[in-house]
Amino acid sequence: MSALTALPLSDVAVGIKNKTFTAREVTDAYLGAIDASSLNAFITVTADAARAMADAADAAVARGEGGALAGVPLGIKDLFCTKGVRTTAGSNILGTFVPPYESTVTQNLWDAGAVMLGKLNLDEFAMGSSNETSAFGPVGNPFDEALVPGGSSGGSAAAVAGRLCAAATGTDTGGSIRQPAALTGTVGLKPTYGRCSRWGTVAFASSLDQAGPITRTVRDAAMMLGVMASVDSKDSTSVDRPVDDYVAALEGGVKGKRIGIPKEYRVDPMPEALEALWQTGEGWLRDAGAEIVPISLPHTEYALPAYYIVATAEASSNLARYDGVRYGLRVPADEIVAQYEATRAAGFGDEVKRRVLIGTYVLSAGYYDAYYLRAQKVRTLIKRDFETVFAGGVDAILTPTAPGPAFARGATLDPVEMYLNDIFTVPVNMAGLPGISVPGGVSGGLPLGLQLIGRPFDEAGLMPLARALEEAAGHFAAPGLC
Amino acid sequence: MSVTTETVRRVAHLARIKVDEAEADRLTGELNAILGFVERLNAVDIEGVEPMTSAVDTALRQRADGVNDGGNPDAVLKNAPDADDGFFLVPKVVE
Repeated sequence: MSALTALPLSDVAVGIKNKTFTAREVTDAYLGAIDASSLNAFITVTADAARAMADAADAAVARGEGGALAGVPLGIKDLFCTKGVRTTAGSNILGTFVPPYESTVTQNLWDAGAVMLGKLNLDEFAMGSSNETSAFGPVGNPFDEALVPGGSSGGSAAAVAGRLCAAATGTDTGGSIRQPAALTGTVGLKPTYGRCSRWGTVAFASSLDQAGPITRTVRDAAMMLGVMASVDSKDSTSVDRPVDDYVAALEGGVKGKRIGIPKEYRVDPMPEALEALWQTGEGWLRDAGAEIVPISLPHTEYALPAYYIVATAEASSNLARYDGVRYGLRVPADEIVAQYEATRAAGFGDEVKRRVLIGTYVLSAGYYDAYYLRAQKVRTLIKRDFETVFAGGVDAILTPTAPGPAFARGATLDPVEMYLNDIFTVPVNMAGLPGISVPGGVSGGLPLGLQLIGRPFDEAGLMPLARALEEAAGHFAAPGLC
Repeated sequence: MSVTTETVRRVAHLARIKVDEAEADRLTGELNAILGFVERLNAVDIEGVEPMTSAVDTALRQRADGVNDGGNPDAVLKNAPDADDGFFLVPKVVE
C-alpha cells in the first residue's frame, strides 16, 4: 500500500496545496490500489479522466489557484449522474445509461477541484442494507471480504475503508450512508433533508433521499459537506440558507452540551456489545464535558413500518419512469404495455420489484387511506417526538448506528429481517434530521458505529461532538491497512 | 390485511412488471410478510394528526414562468433505445 493512500482527505488536500506531492501522484496511487483490489467496490473506473482532472488540479495549484478539494481523488456512488460517464444505479435497467448532465452535488465537488476516480457499487436503486442487491455483484468488507460492507452505499464505504479513494459520496434514504459507515469503521454523514441538492441523483424516495459523504475522519466529513451542500434552483426542496463552516465548527466544543439518550432505542434483546458501545460513547461525551439526559421518543417502534410504506410508495412512483422508451433497457414486444412489462421484468432485480409492488399496492384505490395516509400521519408523530426533545433543550441525541457488526453474504434472506438493519437510522430520515455515524468500537474484531442525531440544519453542532467520540475511540483500520 | 396471488398479479400489472406463476406465488408470501410487519401501525392513535407532506418546514420557492432550458434534442434522444427524426419510437399505440 502506498503511503499516499493512507492519508485522510484533509492531509491529501494540504499536501497537494503545499506541493509536498502532486494530485497526479495521489491519483495514480489510488488507481493502482483500485486495480489491485478484489472488493468489487467500483462499477466503473474512469482512469484517464481522473489523470486529466489531477493534471488540471496540479496546474491550478501551480498558478496559485485551486479550490478547497484541489486534486483530492474521490469515489462517487453510482447514483449520482455524471456527464458522459455511465451511471447505472446498480441496476440492469440503467446498465448502459450515459447521462448528458452532471448532478449538482458532483458538480460542486469538481468546481472545488476534486478528482473523480470512478463510480461506486451500491444496492440496486439504493434499496438494500448489504450491497447484495446490486446487478454488478456484491462488495466485500475490507475487514473481511466474505462479509458485507452494509448498504446501500456499500461500495462507497468499502472504498473509503479499503483505501481506494480519499473519500466518497453516498446517499441516505433510511440509513444508506450511516449503516455502511458503521460496518466498515468509517464516518458517514447524512445531512438535513434539503441541505444538499437532489438534482441529478437517481431518485428512490424523494421525501427521504439525501446525499452526504463517507470519509475516514470527522474533519474529512466536515470538508466534504462544506462543498457538497448548496442551495440549487434545480431542486425546489434544497433549502436556501447559508452553508456553515463545518471545519471551523469542529472547534465548537462539547462542554455544557446536552445529549439525549432515547430509552426506546434499547431494543429487546439488546446485544451486549451494543449496550457496551452505547454506554462507552455516553461516557466519552460526559468526560468531554457534556451533560447526559435520558429522553423518550415514544413513536420510535413505528418508524420502520411507516418508512416501508412511505419509501416504497415514493419508489413505485419514481421508478415508473423506467419504461424502455426514453433511455435504459428495452425488451421489445409487439404491443406497448407488453413492452413495458417485459422491460421492467428483465431490468429490475427482486428487491426492487418487491418494493415497487408494495408501493403500488399501498397507493392503489381502496388502500391509500389505510396505508399511505396513515403512515404519513405516523411520520408527523415521529417528527414531533424529536421536536419535543429538542425544544426541551437537548442539543443532540446519541444512539448506536446499526444493530450489529458486518454479517456474512447470503446470511439474511428474509426481506423484513434485512429491513431491521435500519431500525436506528430510519427515524432520522423520517424526521428529515442530520445524523452522523462515527466508529465507536469493535465486536469480534469488526467495527461498530455510534450515531449522533442533530437539530435540523445543525450539522455544525454535531461536528465537535462527533470529533470528541472520534478522539476517544481512535481509528479502526482494516487488517493490513493503516 | 393480506394479499392473494390474484391481487399480486393485478398489482404487478398496475406496476407494469411481468411476473410468471412461480414468481407471483413467491411474491405473495413476501408481500404478506412485509404487510404483516407494517400492520403494527394500526396500534397508533392518529386521531386529529395531520399527514406529514414535507420533511422541512419551508415554503417552496417560485421562479418566473419562463423557458430556462431546452433546445437539446440530440442530448435528450442520445440514450433512447430507438429514435428517429427527433422522436422516440415505440410499438404502434393507435390503430
